[in-house]
Amino acid sequence: MTDKSKLGFYLLLMPLLLWLITLIILPHIGLFMVSISEKIGVRQYETGLGNYAVFFNEPLYWRTFARTAFMSIFTTVLTLVLGFPVAYYIAKLTRGRTKTTLFLMCLIPFWVSELVRTFGWMILLRETGVLSNFLQYTGVIGGPVEFLYNDGAIMVGLVYTSILFMIVPLVTTLDSLDDSLIEAGYDLGGSGYSIMREIVIPHAMPGIVSGCIVVFMLSLGNYLTPILLGGKDSLWFTGLIYTQFITRFNWELGSAFGFLLLALSSTIVFLGLKLSRQSLSDTMGR
Amino acid sequence: MIPTIPQTKLLKWSYRAYVTLFFVYLALPLTVVSVFAFNNSVFPSLPWEGFTMAWFFGTEAPFIGVFNERSIMRAIGTSAFVAVWVAGLAVFVGTCNAFLFVRHDFRGKGFLYILMLLPLIIPGVILGISILVFASSVANTLEDNTEMWFDALRPGLVLVILGQFSFITTFATLVISARLQKFDTSLEEAALNLGATKWGAVRQITLPFLLPAIMGAGVVAVLMSFENFNTTLMLVGSDSPLTITMFDKLKHGSTPVLNAVSLLLMIVSAGLGLLALLFQRGKD
Amino acid sequence: MTTPADLVCKDLTKDFDKFRAVDRVSFEVPQGSFFSILGPSGCGKTTLLRMIAGFQFPTSGDLLIKGKSMIDVGPSKRPVSMVFQHLALFPMMNIGKNVGFGLRQRGVPAAEIKTRVGRVLERVGLPGIEDRQVDQLSGGQKQRVAIARCMVLEPDVLLLDEPLGALDLKLREHMKIELKSLQAEFNTTFVYITHDQSEALVMSDNIAVMNKGRFDQIGTAKELYYEPANAFVAGFVGDANKFSGKITARDGQTVSLVTDGGVTLHAQAVQAVPEIGARAQIFVRPEAIALSKTAPANSPNASARVVDSVLFNGANSMVLLRDPQSGELLQVTLPQTGAFLGLAKGDTVYASWEPAQARCFAAEAA
Repeated sequence: MTDKSKLGFYLLLMPLLLWLITLIILPHIGLFMVSISEKIGVRQYETGLGNYAVFFNEPLYWRTFARTAFMSIFTTVLTLVLGFPVAYYIAKLTRGRTKTTLFLMCLIPFWVSELVRTFGWMILLRETGVLSNFLQYTGVIGGPVEFLYNDGAIMVGLVYTSILFMIVPLVTTLDSLDDSLIEAGYDLGGSGYSIMREIVIPHAMPGIVSGCIVVFMLSLGNYLTPILLGGKDSLWFTGLIYTQFITRFNWELGSAFGFLLLALSSTIVFLGLKLSRQSLSDTMGR
Repeated sequence: MIPTIPQTKLLKWSYRAYVTLFFVYLALPLTVVSVFAFNNSVFPSLPWEGFTMAWFFGTEAPFIGVFNERSIMRAIGTSAFVAVWVAGLAVFVGTCNAFLFVRHDFRGKGFLYILMLLPLIIPGVILGISILVFASSVANTLEDNTEMWFDALRPGLVLVILGQFSFITTFATLVISARLQKFDTSLEEAALNLGATKWGAVRQITLPFLLPAIMGAGVVAVLMSFENFNTTLMLVGSDSPLTITMFDKLKHGSTPVLNAVSLLLMIVSAGLGLLALLFQRGKD
Repeated sequence: MTTPADLVCKDLTKDFDKFRAVDRVSFEVPQGSFFSILGPSGCGKTTLLRMIAGFQFPTSGDLLIKGKSMIDVGPSKRPVSMVFQHLALFPMMNIGKNVGFGLRQRGVPAAEIKTRVGRVLERVGLPGIEDRQVDQLSGGQKQRVAIARCMVLEPDVLLLDEPLGALDLKLREHMKIELKSLQAEFNTTFVYITHDQSEALVMSDNIAVMNKGRFDQIGTAKELYYEPANAFVAGFVGDANKFSGKITARDGQTVSLVTDGGVTLHAQAVQAVPEIGARAQIFVRPEAIALSKTAPANSPNASARVVDSVLFNGANSMVLLRDPQSGELLQVTLPQTGAFLGLAKGDTVYASWEPAQARCFAAEAA
């Protein structure tokens, strides 16, 4: 390298390092440091795992944590099961303009703010909402029914919010599957089921993994949907973090919570990649 | 399975029915939000009281339209301010990153690349609180030692911009890198061969080639910034962007004015999204 | 015939929205023969093959394999297997799994699959490669695995969709011979489609030349080459010099034609003799033309021509001769006797051929 191009290299490296160090690395180290400091007086702290002990000793906290994790996994599975047929339809059963149109119709709702989408579900599901009125009108139910503020409503909202992130990678990988592989499978006597299991799904695995990772993460870290659709008792872990930080002003405990959530999401991402033998760069660096 | 494989009629039609149902599910919430923006009632719910444009242009309470509701107009302004800064910063750093990762080989490149991708898998709330904690402790240290005030490091627009920038940059980097990878370096070499300087070649050949991706990344950044909620929630101060304002209003019961804002947002974001796609289309 | 043909097509037709891809095609392929369908791209041969495999549904006509109609049989139930254009080996499985795929679908016990896969891989000359991945094989090996994957199912008919198209020239030449010997080894009926006439000529027992959805001619390689049925076949199979012009005289089967450049040529019309004044085309193979340095006696097609260029290619060397009067070019095989090795641009030589070795057809209605 000449001196001049070396200079260029360092000039390019600078913004990257500045960004990663000041906005990603140091803040997370800081978060961890705060999470292991216990308040013993006004602006007096000592190092210890007390905040984590609080988490494990208070059932409300760790139960909320487990509940958030399980519901996020459930959302991920549901999104995959609901989204796969649609992605397959778009990728393999449509061509040309129809394909572009259907794909765009999938994309448009997700360019709109999550808040607007959730608001839409509130209008649909609440006691005076469209669904309740519709069911009364058709005579299925006698009086107004509240469909909001329960786990079902949270699931509907979470699946809605994250399904695009499942469909897009699935469409991309399924699109790259050569039709002649499916034809060859049939030609050799395969049934729809065996071709799905032995050819289509193995091929779509990278898309499935990246879709699942993103959906799981988005659900786990979601705040808006569980709070608005689940109401005050939604018991979502991000809600606890918000309470500790903003309402209670207990940053130490809040940091510990945050770190636990980060650890959980990183572990699941790591396991997902390991189990499917994918790498982060291949999965996310699309 | 695929069109060339014969299928029973029943299977074909039930598959179509499922896909149709799915698109109904996708369209439903957005449709009701839009429809109730025109309901002549103070609640965004049934019964239907007749058509009105009051929620857009109304001036008399309780029918104050979007364009006359001061808090919402101010929030839109704040959001736009944040979005422009975030997009500018993210695209600049993203372009630098793209050149760094595509054109240079250096020790630790793989590691830095993984690090660059990390913001994608950190939940937005965590990103928000980590920056909040870090900025506050820096501010505390500085204030203790200098006895000056560092308000920029307290919750407020600067932190909101930094917080959104911290993960939107990753998207910008990926979009611009993908385009740069397709660039035929012999074009740049030809320019050098014809007597251009290194920077001249980049400016006259490579950057114009990258322009669609840069514009596309910018539009995507604006879109993501406008609709971001999780990170912003943790870092917001007294000036709140649109999503936060709407969230507060929603929690305290809503009037159709929110539907009106939402409809406007939908139109603008769909427009921006299509614009971003158009920029990407120019890629091939 | 005593035994029914393996594959019979009767008036098979396929219409798409705007055009007819396959137009009332009928043919029979006897057991154990190598049948090729030769035609330019877009002639409908792929559609025809995919109808036989079951991936396209014929608009009308019938399709029989071993005497049974296949019209209502799905692709996975037909006793035919197909080697796809790009082979379609499953990249998510190793070679053993690929070859065993069809047997697994039929519920064959695992132990038997293992022995049968091993045996078929041995027969294609690739023993013991079951554990390798698809991308570890060379182009020729992939080809053989694709054939093994079909042959392990012992199909009545094997369909091959231009499988040599993706290979480089040298390998293609080699695989032609290998495919022929594999077919002899398995003694299975092969139906092979290609746009490369040399592939068809070398390997096939019978060839159908397809053009615009129809079969123009079915015959052995020799018949197509020496007795083409029409102008399209004459032009498409093998190299030929082509002259267009007007018929000026006819004497039995021998006709005289004045080319558009104004040269009079003589040729034989075998099928239908065109009327005097009708437009027609004459085809002459480069190797049917004799060269001499002096004017040959009483040869009706002899003329003095100027060497335009010598295209040296070893045994396949050619010389391009220009007619000084009309400017028309004539491609002639350079004799290997050595007499014409010194030929250079600008030399004058005499070219001649017997009218019986040139074919005349009424011009195609274009």
